[in-house]
Amino acid sequence: MNSKKKRRLAFVAALLLAGAGVAGVIVYGLGQNTMYFRSPSDVAAKMVGEGVAFRLGGLVEQGSVQRGAGAEVRFRVTDGKSSVPADFHGVLPALFREGQGVVATGAMNASGTFVANEVLAKHDEKYMPPEVVDALKRSGRWQEGAQ
Amino acid sequence: MIGELGQVALCFALALSLVLAVSGLMGAGAPASVARRVATSSAMGLLVFVALAFGALTYAFVTSDFSVALVANHSHTLKPLVYKISGVWGNHEGSMLLWVLVLALYAAMVAGLKRGGERLTSAALGVQGLVAAAFLLFILFTSNPFMRLDPTPFEGAGLMPLLQDPGLALHPPMLYIGYVGLSASFSYAAAGLLVSEEAIANNWARAARPLILMAWIALTCGIALGSWWAYYVLGWGGFWAWDPVENASLMPWLIATALLHSALATEKSGAFRTWSLLLAIAGFSMSLIGTLLVRSGLITSVHAFANDPTRGLFIMVLIFFAVGGALALFAWRAPALRVGAAFEPVSRETTLLLNNVFLVASCACVFVGTLYPLVLDALGGAKISVGPPYYALTFVPIFFALMLLVPFGPQLLWKRGDLRAAWRALYPALGLAGIAAMVVLALVSPRGIAATCAFAVAGWLIGASLIDIRRRRGARASAFAAALAHAGLGITLMGVAGTTAWRSEALTVVAPGQTMTVGPYTLRFDGVTREKGPNYIADRGHFVIMDEGKPGATLEPEHRFYPAEGQDMNDTAIHTTGLRDLYLALGDDRDGGRFAVRAHVFPLAPLIWLGGLVMALGGMLSLWGRLRVREPEATPAAPAMAQAAE
Repeated sequence: MNSKKKRRLAFVAALLLAGAGVAGVIVYGLGQNTMYFRSPSDVAAKMVGEGVAFRLGGLVEQGSVQRGAGAEVRFRVTDGKSSVPADFHGVLPALFREGQGVVATGAMNASGTFVANEVLAKHDEKYMPPEVVDALKRSGRWQEGAQ
Repeated sequence: MIGELGQVALCFALALSLVLAVSGLMGAGAPASVARRVATSSAMGLLVFVALAFGALTYAFVTSDFSVALVANHSHTLKPLVYKISGVWGNHEGSMLLWVLVLALYAAMVAGLKRGGERLTSAALGVQGLVAAAFLLFILFTSNPFMRLDPTPFEGAGLMPLLQDPGLALHPPMLYIGYVGLSASFSYAAAGLLVSEEAIANNWARAARPLILMAWIALTCGIALGSWWAYYVLGWGGFWAWDPVENASLMPWLIATALLHSALATEKSGAFRTWSLLLAIAGFSMSLIGTLLVRSGLITSVHAFANDPTRGLFIMVLIFFAVGGALALFAWRAPALRVGAAFEPVSRETTLLLNNVFLVASCACVFVGTLYPLVLDALGGAKISVGPPYYALTFVPIFFALMLLVPFGPQLLWKRGDLRAAWRALYPALGLAGIAAMVVLALVSPRGIAATCAFAVAGWLIGASLIDIRRRRGARASAFAAALAHAGLGITLMGVAGTTAWRSEALTVVAPGQTMTVGPYTLRFDGVTREKGPNYIADRGHFVIMDEGKPGATLEPEHRFYPAEGQDMNDTAIHTTGLRDLYLALGDDRDGGRFAVRAHVFPLAPLIWLGGLVMALGGMLSLWGRLRVREPEATPAAPAMAQAAE
């Protein structure tokens, strides 16, 4: 009986230890790997450091898209108040358009340009990423039903 | 007319589900045989009426009846027939109806199979009836698919082009058969807690196991289909992005896998009695949370059809009652249950215990990574996202540890195993792991620690499966189920590692007549032609693989425009050798016939889905063996027999 109880105790202790280990790994992982969402106004307010990865969301500014000789594309992301120049090397999603919502992942470089390593596709013409809606609302440029 | 028919059928189904709930729960008591008969027939009736409603909606879609708002918003007369049908579940309301249809299907299966005896079946049907009633209420009050539109428009708005795809026609039904299938094990677990006699209550794991298997097989196939669809449709070859919606399907799969293993132990040796009950509750809870994530518009994705807060609230209340109720029942009844049978530290039970610990831990990582940003946002905190690096740091190591341990399970006996003998039997697998690692290090560049480890582990898994198969030769087919499923895991691992480590990519702008190279391939671009599809216009690129100057296979990626929906879509072209994919996506028009092109070579990519298929085949073998052999009614199988069968 006694040895059975001991074994049970060892078992529970091992499980608790495993649970604590997993919790530790999760907390550490979250601390290292969360990415913030920022609007162009946030960038203008110097809320992001150089080289720190974040997600930039807003509208692709009208007339700002320039295509390079290869697969380079340069455009500006705006929330109506501020706008940020962005560079991207790659094939843009099919729904990428001037005046449409966009979310890009990347970081600011030394010269104040956002270097995107991923431009997220909107899946639907009618659909605007909630983060972008939020950014536009904050800058006062959001009109219900203006879509 | 047909819309009203569907509406009435849904109301009848709601009434029947309430009858099912009451009669089923009453039938759990010993003498009430009339209640049990009522429960059985109302389960069948529930299926008939939900199927009728679903049939009515399908008919409305096929005939393009735009007086039904749902059809007008999601269909179009020019759409090919197969996408008119798949359009039924390509939207929130229809997909919830499919959800309930599958739920009713499982209720009918529980009623028809009558596994675990009359009383257990009856109690399980009662719980299933409660869940069905809750979801029918949800449909009727927040997501009615038969809402009318007046005046009737002449044309529908069409279906999102991304969803007009054969993979996507099959993916949701498959996934739902899996997701909702976990309701059956949930109901059986609750039934096990409700029925007071222990001899019957302890039978639930044996009774529920075929249904758990069925759900697991469908879930495996559904996830594989979804990942395959993402790979060839989204245009960048990603097979898994740790997107919340993907995670929503992965979490029930992880718990279902754990449940599959622990229910096996409960059935065969009587271990983990209470733990299996908890897992059954957790599995369906994950399904419900997945439904909430996907269906409430909480997250941004192709699946987020709805943006109505009442729906999210309704599902949240439903989760609260289902999970809370089940856990309360557990807290009340579980202490009365006999403690699970004891086992030695070295035994198959211990390996299954470790399997469960690792699977649940990996599920916890996914759970936190998925929900933390949502909770933070709901509390008014910063908007953040948790990306693949988090999962690489948490989920991946835990899952690797699990895969290292997998081969020991089948080698150890129940109750008390011999670790040294297991090691000796596994030496050849260790050899295969070493050879796999050497081959990767010697032959393939770039060299990488991760890929080398992954191939060693894959060799270890597949080698152990081969040893297991050899040991069991001559046994009946279902004895090979575990070996096949574990080998499938190794195959998928090779695919994931190969694709991740050795992919190559080329992004260029090409003019007609020019060639481009990607990895070992040289491609000639022969220009773009304008093609007309049934409901789209396409720019079709023509590419020829040049093999030492001679033209070989052709690839024709398309950039499509769907006028009805006003949307663009890329249709990628894939040339596969079975071991390597050449993947082409046509980018934007750069004037003068020049086009941006994205080309990838994904080595071993097909193995990712082949492995999933092999896993599902393993599940099917086990299921087949189980349904063929009639179970002895409510008597514990002789231990010797169980031992031999494993």
